[in-house]
Amino acid sequence: MTEMVTLREAVASLVRDGEIVALEGFTHLIPFAAGHEIARQSRRELTLIRMTPDVIYDQLIGIGAAKKLVFSWAGNPGVGSLHRFRDAVENGWPRPLEIEEHSHAGIATRYVAGAAGLPFGVLRGYIGTDLPKHTASIATITCPFTAEELTAVPAIRPDVAIIHAQQADRRGNVLLWGIVGVQKEAVLAASRTIVTVEEIVDRLEPRPYSVVLPSRVVNAVACVPGGAHPSYADGYSRRDNSFYRRWDDIARDRGVFTSWMQRHVLGTRDFVEYRTSLDRVSA
Amino acid sequence: MPEGYSSDEMMIVAAARRLRADAFCFVGIGLPSAAANLARRTHAPDCVLIYESGPIGAKPSVLPLSIGDGELAETADTVVPLPEIFAYWLQAGRIDVGFLGAAQIDRFGNINTTVIGEYEHPTVRLPGAGGAPEIAASAREVLVLLRQTPRTFVKQLDFLTSAGFLEGGDARKKLRMRGAGPTVVISDLGILAPESGTNELVLTTLHPGVTRETARAATGWDLKVAVNLLREPPPSSVELTALRAMQPAA
Repeated sequence: MTEMVTLREAVASLVRDGEIVALEGFTHLIPFAAGHEIARQSRRELTLIRMTPDVIYDQLIGIGAAKKLVFSWAGNPGVGSLHRFRDAVENGWPRPLEIEEHSHAGIATRYVAGAAGLPFGVLRGYIGTDLPKHTASIATITCPFTAEELTAVPAIRPDVAIIHAQQADRRGNVLLWGIVGVQKEAVLAASRTIVTVEEIVDRLEPRPYSVVLPSRVVNAVACVPGGAHPSYADGYSRRDNSFYRRWDDIARDRGVFTSWMQRHVLGTRDFVEYRTSLDRVSA
Repeated sequence: MPEGYSSDEMMIVAAARRLRADAFCFVGIGLPSAAANLARRTHAPDCVLIYESGPIGAKPSVLPLSIGDGELAETADTVVPLPEIFAYWLQAGRIDVGFLGAAQIDRFGNINTTVIGEYEHPTVRLPGAGGAPEIAASAREVLVLLRQTPRTFVKQLDFLTSAGFLEGGDARKKLRMRGAGPTVVISDLGILAPESGTNELVLTTLHPGVTRETARAATGWDLKVAVNLLREPPPSSVELTALRAMQPAA
């Protein structure tokens, strides 16, 4: 059954050093609070998987929590570079980062295979590109029915999947809606799952484009209102585009980044304190 | 004719004009999104804009910063999960036009968004592939938008992220790629299109005030120029007004 816990308890009991961890949410519903808690609890040697590493993995890479990154597009959407990711790849700071690079279609296919309990997935992908020369987890396969040559990619099976959703009920059934990305597939592909939610309700109401994850596949639910900030939760908040723009300056410089992380993430007790410390800066 | 418009605005307007009125269009963020939404606000109100985050038929009033801004989903005809966007809509061949940006392009319309320098030790690590490799392969045709300089229009890509015409000729067909490839490349200086047979990009159109010498000097290979070189009309006041009205407040 799902445990209704604090985020601190969920990360302490379900995320271990050296594990394969996927924090998913495609622009919408990015689980920032959970990423911060992983940072606070000093998890290390992680293999991080995300289609779009976004600011959340820029932060974890910048403090040296990751040994490897599996991804398909590592930019700050609409703004530019993820400077901590770039510094790790270009200069090995604060430590070298192994990368396993795919396309969006490829990672999506890998999650679907993981959710379906298959060893690999098939797509028409990467044709004519240089990616297969550098990424070992891209192979060709011949269709046994048509002899067409296709691309095979191995299933993703994270030790832990972490997502942010709008609501859970008291039994731990989870409801998310809007841009739902690959969260269902990431959860079903993983051995363990943590979900942070905007609120816990008595009864989940139907919503457009919604996904319900039954309690059976959710190990822990933690209520963290606003826990996707600076990403957002449709129905609760808007994307904080000005934060994403400001991140460009914060992350560009190692010293500025390190003191920002210390002040707002590592030096705060939880997400509420993080939000308060940010408000103090902008006030 | 309106006085004063930027070369980026000219590029976006020229790209928007080339989107068919009924196109089912897969849109990248940034310049492609600006062009596609301008088309929707002017001559192509019925074109369907698809963003890789899942919205199909998005109708944003303001240009989104990210590929998943809230307004894209709120205004869409439907929102589908990410694996569906790539498998059921793109891979299955339902996309008429893919609109892509790039950091580098070569004479056969191949594009790089991965690294400058060597892959293992890059000088500049770029964001990577995203949805582009499969858009480039599977959309019925591809429009590419990027600013034209010797650093972006290069003789040799540092990395081939998304296939154009590969080494030219019928190389795409040999790999059984389904889409026609980059049928138009729009820059801030003019417009290029693949030459029949070789599929090498040829300068077919210049934007107002740009000379063929400027365009050739901004190209890292010996750029071919069409015999009948055309001149793109400047942005109309209707186009400029519509484009500027979509800019987000600072």
